Amino acid sequence: MSALRGDAAQPFLLAPRQTHSTVTEAVSGISLQRHFGWYWLSGLAVALALCSLLLFGVGWLLRQGVGIWGINMPVAWAFAICNYVWWIGIGMGGTFISGALYLAREDWRSSINRYAEAMTVFAVAVSGIFPILHLGRPWFFYWLFPYPDVMKVWPQWRSSLEWDFFAILAYLSVSILYWYVGMIPDLATLRDRAPTLRTARFYGFLALGWRGEARQWRRFESLSLLLAGLAVPLVFSVHSMVALDFSEAAAPGWHSTIFPPFFVAGALFSGFAMVLVLGIPMRRMLGLEDYITVRHLNNLAKVMLAAGLVVTYGYFSEVFSAFYSMDRYELAVMLRRFTGAYAWTFWGTIVCNVLSIQLLWFARVRSNAMVLFGIAFAVLIGMWLERFMLIVTTLYQDFVPSSWGMYYPTFWDIAFLIGSMGLFLLMFLLFVRILPVVSMFELRKLVRKGEGSSA
Amino acid sequence: MNSSQTQGLLVEFASGEELLNAVRRVRRELPNFAFEAYSPCAVEGMDEALGYRRDGVASWMLLGAVIGGVGTYALEWYSAVFNYPINVGGRPTASWPAFLPAALEMTVLGAAVFGVLAMLIGNGLPRLNHPLFDAKAFERASADRLFMLVHWHDPNIDIQPVRELCRSLSALAVEEVSQ
Repeated sequence: MSALRGDAAQPFLLAPRQTHSTVTEAVSGISLQRHFGWYWLSGLAVALALCSLLLFGVGWLLRQGVGIWGINMPVAWAFAICNYVWWIGIGMGGTFISGALYLAREDWRSSINRYAEAMTVFAVAVSGIFPILHLGRPWFFYWLFPYPDVMKVWPQWRSSLEWDFFAILAYLSVSILYWYVGMIPDLATLRDRAPTLRTARFYGFLALGWRGEARQWRRFESLSLLLAGLAVPLVFSVHSMVALDFSEAAAPGWHSTIFPPFFVAGALFSGFAMVLVLGIPMRRMLGLEDYITVRHLNNLAKVMLAAGLVVTYGYFSEVFSAFYSMDRYELAVMLRRFTGAYAWTFWGTIVCNVLSIQLLWFARVRSNAMVLFGIAFAVLIGMWLERFMLIVTTLYQDFVPSSWGMYYPTFWDIAFLIGSMGLFLLMFLLFVRILPVVSMFELRKLVRKGEGSSA
Repeated sequence: MNSSQTQGLLVEFASGEELLNAVRRVRRELPNFAFEAYSPCAVEGMDEALGYRRDGVASWMLLGAVIGGVGTYALEWYSAVFNYPINVGGRPTASWPAFLPAALEMTVLGAAVFGVLAMLIGNGLPRLNHPLFDAKAFERASADRLFMLVHWHDPNIDIQPVRELCRSLSALAVEEVSQ
């Protein structure tokens, strides 16, 4: 079929001659094997080291306050908010793959949706740490929650920060539910194939006693479809609310109606980049090339290119509306982005997010895993730089020149950034070790449809 | 439970088509027997073959959505209009557009939580053990084999027609189980 189009080296979603048994053996074998290679262990060591740095940083922050970061007046938001927006944006990749592509009946999502959903859960969990720590007195974060307290006051319902709290709460909870429920049949497979009673008990407990009864499948499929339908508006609303944190403020460069769709596109862009950055080494190290094929990489790259073009349009629209408005403050912020002290973040963003993805127009690039990994990595860097550029160039020189100032990151700013990557990596490595990384029951459906039965 | 009371035959198949065919025939030819189908992934057409209509998950999710959304909106309205109204330059206390985001998020969360609970409770989960797990062949029900369980409660029932039907089906194996 798509061999005619010549856009992928391997036209099928599964390698040839796959059956229910080979799928089950290959995927459950990963979780049930006794030893995991040195690369996994060394990854774990790096992740643990970074996590301890983060833990130490959090302890220091609780003792000293947010002053250990480089934030100041006028730049009261910087790395922490940047990291928050970056991580939560990455989460969109998994939700889009498991929600929107499910509704669109795109079969190619079947072998990547599990690890993409795991990525979503971990990225959203990591992102939630930052706004809480940024509160100043993080131990009072529960004041955001409406409950009848002795102070007799309520949260400020009109604040976008309060909306954000509800958005993260709902997004994280729904992502965890979706991910876990979708794993139950596969956990039952691991339970039935476990070599020891202890392993069987572990997976049996998690599988909740799933038997694969036709009635159980019926409810399971209804729920999957409805959750997919809910996940799509949820993820769009979440990223819109992240954008409203900025556009609700009357600050030049932030107060713009393009922000919600722009943030949704940016989230999708970085999410797909992370799916590629995690998937390319994972398929190689776990030997999943038969399931996550070149065609998957090719499709992911196409979606990343499309999202990147929407993001490019967002950049263009911001520049255009600044000049079209003739508002002197909007213009000043825009010119500062081009030539100011942080111009390198703007041009870095353009190189990573606009220029690098133009290579994806070529089919040969899209089917080359190494190059694709490099481009996706550049996109992740670019999306982080973009948030830094958006936040700091608006803040560091505001309306009154007497209050202008610079922002310089401290050791702890860097420590929290790389520490959060360590926490994410730790959770992902444990996921890869313990849980089924590919959805076996969905691959069985693909086998039934005859994908990969001929070559 | 007394093993002589409920008995069943567990019939093993290799493909979804064979299982579907078996289910259709049992339903047509053995109206006195109860039966159930098991598979490692959903088999298309199984719902129709078994005669399932509604599973109720959607209705529960709607209820959860209404509780989450209306409940959150009511809480916002009560707290901002009645319990602690703040007059900010004469602006209305019931600023409904600003109340929608939190209500929207809780609508989705309510629907998802109710949906998951409806799926689990409707499916009788969690139930960590089940008599079927004692059947040796059933281990492969979560991997690459499909099963049909034909069972009966009456110890005096004539099970000869079941055995005959099982023989005529393209079954890989037939195992007696007690529940």
